[in-house]
Amino acid sequence: MSIEAKTEFKPKIVAFCCNWCSYAGADLAGSSRLGYPADVKIIRVPCSCRVNPMFILRAFEKGADGVILCGCHPGDCHYSTGNYYARRRMTLLFSMLDYLGVEQGRTRVEWVSAAEGMKFSATMNEFVEKIYSLGENVRLGDLRCRN
Amino acid sequence: MQELVNHAKELLTSGSVARVLGWKTGDLPYNPEPAYFDSAEALEEFVYNGFCGANLSKYMIEASKLEGKTLIFLKPCDTYSFNQLLKEHRIDRDKAWIVGVGCHGKLDAEQIRCQGIKGIEAVTEAGAQLQIQTFYGDRTIDYSSALLERCHVCKGKEHQIYDELIGESEETNDEERFSQVAGIEQLNPEEKFAFFQKELSKCIRCNACRNVCPACSCRKCVFDSNKFDSAQKANVDSFEEKMFHIIRAFHVAGRCTDCGECSRVCPQGIPLHLFNRKFIKDIDELYGEFKAGEDAEAKGPLTDFTFDDAEPGIVAERG
Repeated sequence: MSIEAKTEFKPKIVAFCCNWCSYAGADLAGSSRLGYPADVKIIRVPCSCRVNPMFILRAFEKGADGVILCGCHPGDCHYSTGNYYARRRMTLLFSMLDYLGVEQGRTRVEWVSAAEGMKFSATMNEFVEKIYSLGENVRLGDLRCRN
Repeated sequence: MQELVNHAKELLTSGSVARVLGWKTGDLPYNPEPAYFDSAEALEEFVYNGFCGANLSKYMIEASKLEGKTLIFLKPCDTYSFNQLLKEHRIDRDKAWIVGVGCHGKLDAEQIRCQGIKGIEAVTEAGAQLQIQTFYGDRTIDYSSALLERCHVCKGKEHQIYDELIGESEETNDEERFSQVAGIEQLNPEEKFAFFQKELSKCIRCNACRNVCPACSCRKCVFDSNKFDSAQKANVDSFEEKMFHIIRAFHVAGRCTDCGECSRVCPQGIPLHLFNRKFIKDIDELYGEFKAGEDAEAKGPLTDFTFDDAEPGIVAERG
């Protein structure tokens, strides 16, 4: 008799949510009893603009398989313009990751307002599914590409 | 070159500048090094030749803290870095007397070695030719065949900022600036990753690219350890260590003038400019053409925004 090791893939997903919109959106999803996978770990940040591109890289380095950034819709930022800056930064970062050969699906930005519990839950479900299809993140552990 | 020395001597002796920032002969014929000269006698060591690729703008940060004016020699492409530093308030314009020097493209000793030339004793520039004396006899090669990578994508012969100009410049642009980047973009993810794996695994983390970069001028750097004394220079922790290249490139995104110093100094020959140039290409495509250092006023692309910027999802759409 042998015991087969379970090798089922459980993704680790980090979601950076802005305090004013997306975190409240996640709250609404919870209180409306809309489900989203437990693989998503939410980190609350004061504003999407607080997310230094290095946060995303660090999440990957620590073993995340996907990272999603949620913030207020452009124009609705609590601090007026934070998410506009975040948008430029993330676009450049994602483009760079793509350039290095990291799958595009692992990173995502989604604008979720406090009233969009439904959207939050749908986005997370969709994102987790995508990460399931991509499998484990092996490339971003070490960008110097050493083993 | 003699013209530069004479002019520098003149300004030094008249007292209008306190020191000269230039290049002096190194220990090998092909590695002149940046140097300060504070007397007319010291200027005997001054050299300006095809190997003076070093961008002196960054030395102006320290020179700005010193008493009196500094005469600084800048090539056309160095003036972009100078402007960028000026914009970031890292250097003092009033402390600098900029002499724009002519440039016909700078040489890369590695390119000479690539042509099978070993044991270089002396290099003489003769127009479009390069006469090289070696232990094994004399060789003559084309000047253009030994240019630095950055000179093939020369930014132009115009100095962006100067007090006076000495010498003629010539554009050496003979390649499409973004062709290398575009070539990599065409590859599939596996090929891209394999390419960067091959290049980046050569890195020995010597920090030369950071130290030479005119855009990397923070007093405290994320790559320095916060430990005491000599341990300060050690790498901070595994994260900064592993993600070094992308962090470095991101920290200078929107401020990088594409001066190519990082690739020039890399002892392992890693094409670091490919990272910086990718950011420049993206910025140009998505937010309108932007040349860092073209003037000392314009807002940088990452400290600015418009209401209808592209969404990050565009990366996937572009394919």
